[in-house]
Amino acid sequence: MPMQFSAQEIIETIRMVQMENLDIRTITLGISLRDCAHPDLNVVAQKVYDKICRLGSRLVPVGAEIERDYGIPIINKRISVTPIALVAESADADDYVAVARAMDRAATEVGVNFIGGFSALVHKGTTAGDQALLRSIPEALATTERVCSSVNVGTTRAGINMDAVAHLGEIILDTAARTADRGGIGCAKLVVFCNAVDDNPFMAGAFHGIGEPECVVNVGVSGPGVVCMAVKKEPGADFGELASIIKRTAFKVTRMGELVGRAASEKLAVPFGIVDLSLAPTPAQGDSVARILEAMGLERVGTHGSTAALALLNDAVKKGGAMASSYVGGLSGAFIPVSEDEGMIEAAMMGAIGIDKLEAMTCVCSVGLDMIAVPGDTPAATLAAIIADEAAIGMINAKTTAVRIIPAPGRKVGDVVEFGGLLGKAPVMALHPWSSAAFVGRGGRIPAPLQGLRN
Amino acid sequence: MPSSSNRIIVTVIGQDQVGIIAAVSAVLAEAHANIVDISQTTLQEFFAMIMMADLEHASRPFAEIKQRLNAKGEEMGLRIDAQHEAVFNYMHRV
Repeated sequence: MPMQFSAQEIIETIRMVQMENLDIRTITLGISLRDCAHPDLNVVAQKVYDKICRLGSRLVPVGAEIERDYGIPIINKRISVTPIALVAESADADDYVAVARAMDRAATEVGVNFIGGFSALVHKGTTAGDQALLRSIPEALATTERVCSSVNVGTTRAGINMDAVAHLGEIILDTAARTADRGGIGCAKLVVFCNAVDDNPFMAGAFHGIGEPECVVNVGVSGPGVVCMAVKKEPGADFGELASIIKRTAFKVTRMGELVGRAASEKLAVPFGIVDLSLAPTPAQGDSVARILEAMGLERVGTHGSTAALALLNDAVKKGGAMASSYVGGLSGAFIPVSEDEGMIEAAMMGAIGIDKLEAMTCVCSVGLDMIAVPGDTPAATLAAIIADEAAIGMINAKTTAVRIIPAPGRKVGDVVEFGGLLGKAPVMALHPWSSAAFVGRGGRIPAPLQGLRN
Repeated sequence: MPSSSNRIIVTVIGQDQVGIIAAVSAVLAEAHANIVDISQTTLQEFFAMIMMADLEHASRPFAEIKQRLNAKGEEMGLRIDAQHEAVFNYMHRV
């Protein structure tokens, strides 16, 4: 039987992988820990450790097998679990750090670099368990390597829990202080969400939502480099054509995610959840979302036109990807983290992009203010107000927004904080100096908007 | 099912030289892998040879064949890869 593919098609795939950094960014195994509840916190921690090790033991070897068979790099293998506030609440304890340490040990044992789900969902209010979890976050992130934490503070249906937002401003400062020797890196593992999704495979915001099955495989694809090369090839294309080019490329990239997800599901005998078709940059050359926007014709990302360019990119990625997979979910869109994107880092260093433009851009991309370093002496109320702004964008637009911000201890505007590896480096950005304390201090909840009244 | 067939695509990329097809064929023949089709093209300034092989009756597992092809590539100063054909099916066929 002759080959069903043309040489051009085969070469296109090889080129995407070998020259344009096409990869599967993550295979994330979602594990329910709802059956790990127990009145004794030490028993909860042991059950959590045992269950993660039992269900997660084959994830890394299976990932390696898929990489070998299909010749597509799979950068990360990760685990997400039920928000720990829901699991540990059964125990009589003031803090849940012991559970975070058990998660960390289990992650090391099964060989995953991050485990997400040291989380609480507090968009309408907090329970005793939620409060214990929030209290535990700074120490949990300072004393573990691989545990990631997230807190959902708002939804379009519930409004924004401003008490939790105010508290998180303090939690972020405390987390930074406890990891001051490493530039406040603990904050890089803490995401504050509005409209968090249950099946996000990307860290640091992944958790295994409450409507999810016992165990599930979710896949996050990436490929900013592939999209960038495709855009660069057609400098004269008008916007309709440009959108088509991105859609076609996103389709091909997402097909790889679908293939890998199905293979992983079959090999692990675990149901296939979703493909998250996100453009997730890394600090590596040729793996930048900022460079795609620049390839569209902007001299520097952050200049006027950046929001429109990102809107087109985000939408075209979704349209192309939606056709390529039976189940699309997670965050799906373009990420614009600062420290993890070589083009963003450069633009931030030269002052081409600042916090206000980034906030505007989050209105049209898939997440929010991500991996942004700010001065270490930023007041908690200012951090809380930044979270409130971002949550408001998510709440009104019925989309996910998030804040992952690092008040780098002892650093000032213009300094650069090095996190290393995939977390990259972040120039410290200027914030508005005027106080938001009286606003944040009002307390209570911002009511759900009219957009939430959909029935 | 992502892997209903047992066919692989072998790609060779690098400077053209005498004996590329012979060398790759020898590795495949030794493993009883049946060559189904061969074609060649250029990738920018490089030579690219593409071969489809069926491992249905192969005497060695795919991982080992892939390793031998990689090693042969290094020996000849070429990049030789092998991937399951499902990759191309998924990307280029709907």
